[in-house]
Amino acid sequence: MAIESDRILIAHGGGGTAMQELVREIFVPAFNNQFLEPLQDSAVIEELAEDRLAFTTDAYVVRPLFFPGGDIGRLAVSGTVNDLAMAGARPLYISLSVIIEEGFPVEQLRAIAHSISATAEEARVKVVTGDTKVVEKGAADGIFISTAGIGVIETDLEICSDRADDGDAVIVSGYLGDHGIAVMSKREGMDFTSEVRSDVAPLAGLVQEILDADIEIHVLRDPTRGGAAAALNEIAQSSEVGIRLHAAKIPVRPEVLSACDILGLDPLYVANEGKLIALCPLDHARKLLALMRKHPLGANAAIIGEVTSEWLGHVIMETEIGGTRIVEMPYGEQLPRIC
Amino acid sequence: MKGRIEDYRDPRLTDELLRDIREAAGRISSRTVSLMEVCGTHTMAIARYGIRSLLPDNLKLLSGPGCPVCVTPAGYVDAAVLLSRDPGVTVVTFGDLMRVPGSDSSLTSAKASGADIRVAYSPSYAIELARQHPHRKIVFLAIGFETTAPSLAWSILQAKENGLENLSFLSACKLIPPALHALASSEEVKIDGLICPGHVSAIIGTSPYAEIVRRYRIPCAVSGFEPVDVLLSVLLLCRQIAGGEARVDIEYSRSVREEGNRKALSLLQQAFEPADSAWRGLGTIPVSGLKIRPAFSAHDAEAVFGVDVPLGKDNPACRCGDVLRGVISPPECPLFRTRCSPLTPVGACMVSSEGACAAFYKYYQLEQKKGSRPHGD
Repeated sequence: MAIESDRILIAHGGGGTAMQELVREIFVPAFNNQFLEPLQDSAVIEELAEDRLAFTTDAYVVRPLFFPGGDIGRLAVSGTVNDLAMAGARPLYISLSVIIEEGFPVEQLRAIAHSISATAEEARVKVVTGDTKVVEKGAADGIFISTAGIGVIETDLEICSDRADDGDAVIVSGYLGDHGIAVMSKREGMDFTSEVRSDVAPLAGLVQEILDADIEIHVLRDPTRGGAAAALNEIAQSSEVGIRLHAAKIPVRPEVLSACDILGLDPLYVANEGKLIALCPLDHARKLLALMRKHPLGANAAIIGEVTSEWLGHVIMETEIGGTRIVEMPYGEQLPRIC
Repeated sequence: MKGRIEDYRDPRLTDELLRDIREAAGRISSRTVSLMEVCGTHTMAIARYGIRSLLPDNLKLLSGPGCPVCVTPAGYVDAAVLLSRDPGVTVVTFGDLMRVPGSDSSLTSAKASGADIRVAYSPSYAIELARQHPHRKIVFLAIGFETTAPSLAWSILQAKENGLENLSFLSACKLIPPALHALASSEEVKIDGLICPGHVSAIIGTSPYAEIVRRYRIPCAVSGFEPVDVLLSVLLLCRQIAGGEARVDIEYSRSVREEGNRKALSLLQQAFEPADSAWRGLGTIPVSGLKIRPAFSAHDAEAVFGVDVPLGKDNPACRCGDVLRGVISPPECPLFRTRCSPLTPVGACMVSSEGACAAFYKYYQLEQKKGSRPHGD
């Protein structure tokens, strides 16, 4: 059976034949697995081991839906997978709720479903349950996606934002600010000479390798909205420590830096969707850095700072010329709706 | 001489400059030397590179009135909020104006209450909106100094040329030299040298500063925005002060010409005429603003909507003017840390995150915390 319209109609959310067609033609083939297939109200998944579980949820309203390096589908899977991974969990299952605006092109929905499927495969998670709603034109902006995810924590490590310790090294897995600038420049129609691509990617594989390597990880964070500045301030506050960064060591692509100069932004506050920040004792940091650099998603990893017993609750930057400044917690969003 | 941007951030050069600054400042023996960076972009660069933390103790940097958002008075925000409540109007603004407090509201609160307010990076977005939505009245909030004003002037000219009857501008454009005169002529002034704005100077040239030097004998240095630029300007000013001299040094010679940018000045001339203007914290300064010329009244929001931009209610206890003049330091203001904080700013100096009071607020707090331990040992 084929979907008869090339636009989403209110009927596609009505719970009848039209909706069955939509689900069977677009979503089931994309995420095909035995837990989803019965299409019941709940997925009954195989018993999870005796490990601790991690459980998370997130919503995605990015504009534009398709941007250099990714799209809302890849973002939705990566975001949820990364939230699980940052708790030290191995992501297993995710749910998918889509709210579609009447009139949305079916072709785009298909492309998004395909992207969700490809990213889920990359992250080794299954989409096991879902929901579709169609709202009247104007009641949503194209498509909104909400995902929840479950993972198992197999490590004995307690990984949490409040575990940073005096002397820990602060490591980032690569260039900062790519996602925010990619989305911004596409949205604002800005044409920079070299295109900046979003870094959106599921980090579960990289995190798994870190956890398997017997490294004493204290904190893992993905610096999404609010950028590295917000993530590091949260760590400094909840661990009651100070964090000192070294501006010259922070990896930022030259084209991202120029875009930030033009837009009046600080790359530390710009969103990332495929980067992590790890804190671990200094004597483990070299090993962690070497391991990350061998992984494609950590090739440009760098030690950017350390935890100190000064400036408690604050993030301090040693600038390129040896001065000191405070890296403040952002007040609101520097860039609205980028994730 | 033009160089690569990295050269202007080279720590070896800045180390050398800092050594020379210490030497020159040491020769200004008796007292604290206060240099004012006029421009908000300088304030940002000084903060970003932590320049204050590197200067000798007797050198103080004061943040001047050169942040266009900070000095936009409450009355202007009130007028913009009022316009935004007209259901037929779309207000377009530079983003950093959104949080600036009016007398009772801000654009952020107005937007949350349903007003159609859009953030733009350039007035050309307003032109595009006006074309796409001929039945909506588009109002651009035209604020800025001599650097931003030429692109606003160009947009006003475009609006007329293309018959965009639904596009108008609410001008609160301001001029830097009259504000410098107002600061320098104040009897209590405590400014020993001016770090003059490079971008503004690229438009207006350097003769306005020669006038400042002649009338008030305050040393001036026209400065670029990289750390080497700022430190070199500080050094030039220290050397002038130590030698008892006052002149205009042009540090930013790679962009600034004595006569300025004639094309930009001509655009300003066509669209605007000088007028008195109200500055948050400084009051009304004679001929310190740019008013849209009557020939373009069809695109002047004040004329189109019959808006009379009110003076607005600045808090009478706010002493931003004294802070900007260097007469008091922020904690001496009765509102500092009581009514006025970065999250609920009252005055100009607290509005921008790098305004004089906001900067002081942060560092004051940190000095209390530095070295303290969570369990008091």
